[in-house]
Amino acid sequence: MSEIKQTFNSSLGKKLIMALTGLFLCTFIIVHLGGNLFLFKDDQGYGFNVYANFLTHFPPIKVVAYLLYACILVHALYGLVLTLKNRKARPVAYASQNKAPASWSSKNMGLLGSILFLFIVIHMGDFWYKYKFTHSVGYKEYRTDVLTNQTTVTDFVPVDPTFEHSSTTANDVEIVRVKDIHTLVSTSFHNVWYLILYVIAMGTLAFHLLHGFQSAFQTLGWTHRKYTPVVKFIGTWFFAVIIPAGFALMPIVYYFFR
Amino acid sequence: MNLTLKVWRQKNANSSGKMVTYKAESISPDMSFLEMLDVVNESLTLKGDEPIHFDHDCREGICGMCSLYINGRPHGPKSAITTCQLHMRSFHDGETITIEPWRAGAFPVIKDLAVDRSAFDRIQQAGGYVSVNTGGVPDANIIPIPKVIADEAFNSATCIGCGACVAACKNASAMLFVSAKVSQLGMLPQGQPERWSRVQAMVAQMDAEGFGSCTNTGACEAECPKGITLINISRMNNDFFSAKLFREEKVHDHSGGSE
Repeated sequence: MSEIKQTFNSSLGKKLIMALTGLFLCTFIIVHLGGNLFLFKDDQGYGFNVYANFLTHFPPIKVVAYLLYACILVHALYGLVLTLKNRKARPVAYASQNKAPASWSSKNMGLLGSILFLFIVIHMGDFWYKYKFTHSVGYKEYRTDVLTNQTTVTDFVPVDPTFEHSSTTANDVEIVRVKDIHTLVSTSFHNVWYLILYVIAMGTLAFHLLHGFQSAFQTLGWTHRKYTPVVKFIGTWFFAVIIPAGFALMPIVYYFFR
Repeated sequence: MNLTLKVWRQKNANSSGKMVTYKAESISPDMSFLEMLDVVNESLTLKGDEPIHFDHDCREGICGMCSLYINGRPHGPKSAITTCQLHMRSFHDGETITIEPWRAGAFPVIKDLAVDRSAFDRIQQAGGYVSVNTGGVPDANIIPIPKVIADEAFNSATCIGCGACVAACKNASAMLFVSAKVSQLGMLPQGQPERWSRVQAMVAQMDAEGFGSCTNTGACEAECPKGITLINISRMNNDFFSAKLFREEKVHDHSGGSE
């Protein structure tokens, strides 16, 4: 046990934890973006609401969700510990500005990470907490005629406030009653402050991942003449451009076009 | 050339220092940076002042003794050279040059611009060697080594241990130095017997000396006078995790005989 403890207490061990939790968060964010693409579908929130219900009720996802919360906390905590230790390694600062040609994002991961952590706390407080632990989220009832594929939506007020979800069929009509997180998201995204917060947070995410994704591979020692350019390409274009742009488009589309 | 120098002056390790401004007059652009400091020191000595203390030795870029953080860059504004190879033609007449010692908790200032880099020596002593048993002299080329391995190991071995990587790093991390020393031996056949113990011992000593950790900014490789690259750090990380997590370090217990 002490040998394993020694490994993870070394400077490289702490970096290993940063790299592994960071890469796990990178895979999570792909799934998160994929699922949230339902927001772009103009179906009065049906797809998004059913997806949100699936996420909170499918047991394997619930298990992974706890792993995810742990990863966020460990990544933030180790980031803080490493940053403080790194500050201590240079007790007397230079008088002149360091002119080494290192990228801005690589030198400001602590700052970027702090902004992201703050964003995650606000973001989870607004949606995840309200959805899971309060009864402030309303319900919608979707009636779909399976023959004509016509869907009508009405607000639904359950008798029991702990009601979560039901899916029944009467004659040829499919009735889905589900918690209406979509309206909450839509209301938030029509607030200009949310729009600004989300766009800034996604800009921060872009710079964090621009350095972070490829840095994790370097920390793990997975560099190779053939594969490192591929890793850097994915880190730049997929993680630092497509993913943050996809997320940022959601509040932009809702604010200006819905 | 006439220059204004802002130099860190510090009496000894226990006193606090400060930046002092000096004039450097009638400097030839063909002088090296250290020769310019020699001229300044000569005038200070004539005035009865204490000369500026700085490290230097070979003055041809191979010993790793000279240092100096010049205008925000270790070894000055040019790349892939040491301070002794930097010439005054790289500056313009009337320029103000800020000269500071390497800044790191693990590199305490001895006096003025000279720092104590014996932390590097202790890291080397922890494992930066190959143990060779005495005996008959083997033929030099008896162990086949692929050209690419020999070249990579040689590139790592060009590290002169000057500490510019630590000085340039925002975390004062010694990862580039340590990884070059680990790599140069870890890649060659002669370094294999101690490969896994070496990387663990050297990293442990690096941590004990109080260097920061690596955030892969790449400032070190940009400032290294010998062009040591980040690939060394990646290689060392790989070896370290391999040694810590997967290698058997002790013989399995056969004493019981019950199985």
